[in-house]
Amino acid sequence: MAGGFADRHLGLDARSGAQARRALGLGPDERIMERALPADLRAAPPPLGPPLTEDQTLSRLAELASMNNPGRSLIGLGYYRTLTPAVIRRGVLENPSWHTAYTPYQPEISQGRLEALFVFQTMISELTGLEVANASLLDEASAAAEAMTLCHRVSRGSRPRLAVDVDVFPQVRAVLETRAEPLGIELVDFDPLAADPAAVRGAAGRYVQYQGASGRLVELGPLAELAHQAGALLAVGADPLMLALVRPPGADGADLVVGSTQRFGTPMGFGGPHAAYMAVRQDLVRQLPGRLVALSRDAHGAPALRLALVTREQHIRRDKATSNVCTAQVLLAVMAAMYAVWHGPDGLARIARRVHAGAESLRQALSRVEGVEVQGGRLFDTLTVRAPGRARAVVAAAARGGLRLWARDRDTVCLSTDEATTDQDLADVVAAFQPSAAAERPDAPDAVVGAQPGRPDPAPDEGVTAESAVSAAGAAPEPWDAPEADFGPLTRAGEFMTQAVFHRHRTELAMTRYLKSLADKDYAMDRGMIPLGSCTMKLSAATELAGLTWPAFADLHPFQPLADAAGSLQLMAELNAALLDLTGYDAISLQPNAGSQGELAGLLAIRRYHRQRGEAERTVCLIPTSAHGTNAASAALAGYRVAPVAVDPAGNVSLADLEAKLAEHQGQVGALMLTYPSTHGVYEAAVRQICAAAHEAGAQVYIDGANFNALVGWAKAGHFGGDVSHLNLHKTFAIPHGGGGPGVGPVACRRHLAPYLPGHPFGGLDSKVGAVSAAPHGSALVLSISWAYVKLMGASGLTAATEGAVLAANYLARRLGATFPVLYRGPGGFVAHECLLDLREFTKRTGVTVEDVAKRLMDCGFHAPTMSFPVAGSLMVEPTESESLEELDRFSAAMEAIAAEAERVAAGEWPLADSPLRRAPHTASALLAQDWSLPYSRALGADPTAGGRLDTKYWPPVGRVDASYGDRHLVTKLAS
Amino acid sequence: MSSTPADLFFTPDHEWVADPGGPRARVGVTAFAAEALGDVVFVSLPAVGDHVDAGGECGEIESTKSVSPLYAPVAGEVTAVNEAVLNAPELVNEEPFGAGWLFEVAPTAAADLLDAAAYAALTEAGA
Ligand SMILES: Cc1ncc(COP(=O)(O)O)c(C=O)c1O
Repeated sequence: MAGGFADRHLGLDARSGAQARRALGLGPDERIMERALPADLRAAPPPLGPPLTEDQTLSRLAELASMNNPGRSLIGLGYYRTLTPAVIRRGVLENPSWHTAYTPYQPEISQGRLEALFVFQTMISELTGLEVANASLLDEASAAAEAMTLCHRVSRGSRPRLAVDVDVFPQVRAVLETRAEPLGIELVDFDPLAADPAAVRGAAGRYVQYQGASGRLVELGPLAELAHQAGALLAVGADPLMLALVRPPGADGADLVVGSTQRFGTPMGFGGPHAAYMAVRQDLVRQLPGRLVALSRDAHGAPALRLALVTREQHIRRDKATSNVCTAQVLLAVMAAMYAVWHGPDGLARIARRVHAGAESLRQALSRVEGVEVQGGRLFDTLTVRAPGRARAVVAAAARGGLRLWARDRDTVCLSTDEATTDQDLADVVAAFQPSAAAERPDAPDAVVGAQPGRPDPAPDEGVTAESAVSAAGAAPEPWDAPEADFGPLTRAGEFMTQAVFHRHRTELAMTRYLKSLADKDYAMDRGMIPLGSCTMKLSAATELAGLTWPAFADLHPFQPLADAAGSLQLMAELNAALLDLTGYDAISLQPNAGSQGELAGLLAIRRYHRQRGEAERTVCLIPTSAHGTNAASAALAGYRVAPVAVDPAGNVSLADLEAKLAEHQGQVGALMLTYPSTHGVYEAAVRQICAAAHEAGAQVYIDGANFNALVGWAKAGHFGGDVSHLNLHKTFAIPHGGGGPGVGPVACRRHLAPYLPGHPFGGLDSKVGAVSAAPHGSALVLSISWAYVKLMGASGLTAATEGAVLAANYLARRLGATFPVLYRGPGGFVAHECLLDLREFTKRTGVTVEDVAKRLMDCGFHAPTMSFPVAGSLMVEPTESESLEELDRFSAAMEAIAAEAERVAAGEWPLADSPLRRAPHTASALLAQDWSLPYSRALGADPTAGGRLDTKYWPPVGRVDASYGDRHLVTKLAS
Repeated sequence: MSSTPADLFFTPDHEWVADPGGPRARVGVTAFAAEALGDVVFVSLPAVGDHVDAGGECGEIESTKSVSPLYAPVAGEVTAVNEAVLNAPELVNEEPFGAGWLFEVAPTAAADLLDAAAYAALTEAGA
């Protein structure tokens, strides 16, 4: 074995590994990779260094942290300092019961996080004044892009134009541009306060930033009216903290609202991860992108939550889905929801008032500074300050005192107050604007990044001006804990967030217990194996997670001068180098914040490449029918027509059909999208041939790297035919799944595509493609997890992990194959890192469905494997390298016990409807019910594998959840 | 599974048409389709006054697990839609040939449809 940390990461040690090999008929020194992996794919071992110990890794990380200098950021633009309540940091972020859970596809064992997400949806609905909110999106800019495509869909493509507020955040504008172009949507500038919206007529939607990047706050009511008169939807990008004080956009006619909940207790983290949101009018609910939690009931009639209206989503509707989003930002949504639970509506309003008072106080103080002019009109927390010719000097002076401001152009400085702003910060800001201060050494970091030349300045709101009655003497800010905030007609009236949950957990003990009670309902990695195929639920080690809460990483604003982030940039450079070594590609971008976004970025790179070469007609994307739903959805968003390629009886891409499709679409195929190893869990022997056929036809090859855990250290997509790939760092590189995000989906490519990797208006990233995420480095904060994983494992550990994962999968395939046939196998009869169990015959014979098996596994203390993907009626099992032989055997025993129960049903001993399989999962309450008339014992119902020992059993909190009831009676928030 | 009503006509996409020659041809999905779809949770239908083409997509049926396009079996103008099924989509499962009907069309051309025997043969063949 590899020694050191790797021994802690790997479930199979020398002895159990040998045992597993023996079970597979391999000799003691025979390596499974040599048998399972096609020889022509084998690559030389990666030139990564030897593993570091946990202690060495933390020391190295501390060194990198010390190279960062976050200072105190007042840059704003959608990212603000926030005070994470310690009880939430420890109770959620640092708690494996929350961060190691999977997306709640199995509702019976996910009620805790479903409830937390329901609270999130309730909070967003209350703040925005719209009926339905989803359970998070990836970031504010991509949420705005989702708003754009929603408007486009509602107009049925008849008005391919979006009017975009000139005062929109620059990163939002950038992502809108990226996403609009391939869909043929035109963006037009739109000044909400300008009289004539002529250029705007004909747009399917209007997007208004509420408050604008300049701090401008406009009245939405008249804008909604104008939009609706013109037949457009009004979409609003809104700051949720501000909404505690100002009228909710929904009350003024907005049709949909998006935004980021970052400032609800999630650190900036150099750009992410944070939970974005979208809320819509009730009648737009079927247009909503992303996950939606809704109330339903369980088999006993008790209320139970579940994911609703899933047919909107990519895994069902594929290229016609409302979005390509899959992994979202669940962990961060939970944190934001708990921040609202912790503070309640009154607490949120108090924080918002304080933030606002800070800005007002600064406005007054700055208006007294000579040569400085502050914008007039209503504002919440953002000031646009004109200091002609001095903007850089002011920013530099502020930086010397540790403050970070944004110089929008030579004459203009923008800044935003926040929850963490102190009197000292305000005094320092005022001091930096003094003409004398600016004259000092201008040697501070240069913060003029991302100015937007050639874009019209938003007109100031007429009305109140900066002239204030406050005495002009002295520049120190006034006391600013103002109890009242007056937004005139925009002032929020009436109560909100009146639901009990926002009032009941306001002491730390109550909060601690609330978080615990929710976590106790859920099944996460801290309880047992989550053998979800295609998801790679491996260990996320404590040491790997350590850096997340270090202020040197957490407090960086994504648009800070690069010099402030030297340590983070170095960390990324090291991670990038490792990922390039491992994939065999030449260039990489860490910007995509989920696999879906990596796919989009990669496909856009291919699109631009073809266009640059004058082959714009290459608009067909070939995708095998076995592919993940995000592939087709991303292809559609990148402007491709999807043409499916058949799979042959052995589960491999049909070469004959591929040739036929290439011929049928001759000269039009832009890309072939392939997953390797395949979604069937098989190393397709013909992959080189497949890639070569696509290349010969002039197409580029996209290799979906979600299954990279079966290749790391052994084979390189960049060498066996891939032109571009995304990786899922939240699968292969140890970022915990968070219950449905965060994710990181880096996109890596060969040299010829490198110029087309994502760019960004900030951070010095230029590119022909533009930004796909709001922040230049996406979810930068969680990259330290993958960095640490690579350091801790080293080349030896990483190659051993791949081997361990493949060995474990084959061990399960061998043992379970005796009961449930393994549908597809690769060369030599081996599977790759996962195996597909075919239950179709079993179901036909016994009536017992994959769902019955999945639910019965819960009684046995397991999370089900992936159900019915990629083949209906199958279970896809992926044990990963982290599980021990005992856990694999325990799982196998559970599956065998379930099969035996099914035989008793088939033999007529139990009617299916009254069998422990169909009645699964069994709650404690159901088993303790007064009357027990079922033909099996209560103890058997509880767990067929326990032999009556139930002391450490996981008890599912609800019975089987009724899927259709919830969809037919849609309830997406708590009643007030 | 309920038997196939003999007086209806059918498409290979498992839709039925009542009185396709009359002024108000009523359209629904068959019991076979309803069973295959699973619990229907939402239907979207064409609007009254819409013109539909035979074989053209004119709506969707959503179950908890899938979404299937609805095709117009005959060309013509939509004269009525079943409001009841919009509000209670489970009618499609409960009474596919009755209260779960979907919409009515005033046909403008004769349609190419299967009779009950031919449709029964089709479903038995495992379509
Ligand atoms: C094969 C495959 N491709 C793509 C994805 C999409 O990745 P993400 O969920 O990060 O968007 C997944 C995972 O969910 C996957 O399994």
